[in-house]
Amino acid sequence: MKQKLYLYTRFERLWHWTQAFLIIFLLLTGFEIHGSLEIFGYEKAYLWHVYAGMALVILTAFAIFWHLTTGAWRHYWPVKEKIPQICYYYLVGIFRGEPHPFEKRPDQKLNPLQRLAYLFLKLVLFPLQFVTAFLLLSYQWWPALGISASFRKVAYYHTAGAFAFLFFLIIHVYLATTGKPWYSHLRGMILGWEEVELR
Amino acid sequence: MAVTSNWCRCTSCHAGYGWKDKSFDFAVEKIDCLVCHDTTGTYKKFPTDCGYPPLKDKVFAGKKLFKAVNLAYVAQHVGYSTRESCGKCHFFSGGGDGVKRGDIDSTLIAPPKKIDAHMDAKGLNFTCATCHTTTAHEIDGRHYDTPAPGKRELALPRYEGHLVKCEACHGTRPHRPEKKLFDWRLVKLNDHTDRVACQTCHIPLYARGLPTNTYWDWSTAGRFKDGKPIVKMGPLGRPEYHTKKGTLKWGKNLVPVYRWYNGTYSYLLPGEKVEAGKDPIVLIKPNGSPEDPDSRIFPFKPHFGKQPYDPVNKLMIVPKLFGPKGSGAFWAEFDWKKAAAAGMKAAGLPFSGKVEFVETVYYHALSHMVAPREDALKCAACHVRQGGRLASISGVYLPGRDRHVELDKIGQTLCLIALLFVSIHGVARIIIALKRK
Repeated sequence: MKQKLYLYTRFERLWHWTQAFLIIFLLLTGFEIHGSLEIFGYEKAYLWHVYAGMALVILTAFAIFWHLTTGAWRHYWPVKEKIPQICYYYLVGIFRGEPHPFEKRPDQKLNPLQRLAYLFLKLVLFPLQFVTAFLLLSYQWWPALGISASFRKVAYYHTAGAFAFLFFLIIHVYLATTGKPWYSHLRGMILGWEEVELR
Repeated sequence: MAVTSNWCRCTSCHAGYGWKDKSFDFAVEKIDCLVCHDTTGTYKKFPTDCGYPPLKDKVFAGKKLFKAVNLAYVAQHVGYSTRESCGKCHFFSGGGDGVKRGDIDSTLIAPPKKIDAHMDAKGLNFTCATCHTTTAHEIDGRHYDTPAPGKRELALPRYEGHLVKCEACHGTRPHRPEKKLFDWRLVKLNDHTDRVACQTCHIPLYARGLPTNTYWDWSTAGRFKDGKPIVKMGPLGRPEYHTKKGTLKWGKNLVPVYRWYNGTYSYLLPGEKVEAGKDPIVLIKPNGSPEDPDSRIFPFKPHFGKQPYDPVNKLMIVPKLFGPKGSGAFWAEFDWKKAAAAGMKAAGLPFSGKVEFVETVYYHALSHMVAPREDALKCAACHVRQGGRLASISGVYLPGRDRHVELDKIGQTLCLIALLFVSIHGVARIIIALKRK
């Protein structure tokens, strides 16, 4: 039997998709500034990268406020149960038609692997990109701010962070297609409602 | 090639009255007032009279008539210097219009905005002295003892001193929004001024007015056809070959080379030993480095040449070019050994009797013919992986050009592995799903 659950509120969906757009756009413009791509032209790529980055900071500020006030931050609290089973499921079980070992519920929408991945994103990757971006933009004021760093090294860290985001994006987009049917996670993220198998 | 031993020819510009040998007394009364302050345009020095104007009608090189100067008339019409009066020497340095500098030539007498945004005859209409301000007749310039970069201070408003640096009027964050309150593009452009000179972007090409000489091979000079000197004109209306000068190459709308520059040069001085290798001998080298906070990336015209060299004493030869027959002058006898012997003797330097020709280069900082803003370089002129204008500049991280090669490889490999893994995973899922049906 299947049940329809309301998993993603309106703000979460707006936040998720805006963030998705911004991160993809930042990757495209960022790798153009880096010299790996040629799409918009350097000047536009640079300007839009900065503006999109500022937009992402504002969006993140709203998201942090929302997570704290609604208590939704608890979804990212790491748990260690079922991690091996989930790994087994994605490597083997999924091909044998076995059910997912984790049961989605409104009070625990994220499986333990997702919790770890998203927590890493929020605690490490986002801060890394925001801090290095701020440094790269403000290097003229480093002496006034008492910062001594190497522009080159900060740029390397920012690039490393960008590759990490790209890596995450590839896996994340693919795993979004592993629902049953394949588009069910995607539909859930767009409409808020997801059909979940009841056991 | 040096002034020494060629005084009377060279000193029609380099400078004052009657500098005819090395005993010249640089006293105040030898300064030629009229060459700068004549407003009539009739005061012209005779090219070979050691800095004196013709007092009788005289013909130069059998062609050009120099009329006697009416000194009383000129003296009654003195005034501020003009673009013409400065240009009489400076536009023609190197022996002709635009030959030496590449950023100064006679188009600056009344240039359009495209050529020079400041001297634009229909716009700002600056004279040379608007920027090259003077204090008690000491004229600000870059070379010798008044380096133009260095201290960066806003001199405006009401500062009646040195305005020769761009920053003196434009400040150190010169790009300001005209309509918008705030424009991040301009903030970023302003960030560049700590390491990039204004000239680097705002003089996108040089020799935009007239052609300039880029290569001067003296070794071929002295050829004759049927006993007559040869002058073969090239496509730019400048000689490709000239019996007195050798083989010449010319260029227009040229891309500068870029170097770190703190406003000073190192000069190879006469008598300084130098080894001829496979690279050209650098006669004038800009000083500067990325570690020096006063150095900035600056555009230069490299002027290449092939010049006489003494391989035994390892000295650049100061040849005697100008003089009468019997003096050893090259332009009278066309014999480099005689010219070298005479020139080196005048310079008080040893000469072994051997003359070789070596490749040389010197760098000429470009500061004139600032283009209008729409012609300034765009980001991608430098921020590009390969072939950018600053490809050879080290010491700065230039986004778009620079990267950590290993980091990029690791990042790309991991992302490709991820892509490959999810592709295989996905294909396997599709195949299994199709089989079940």
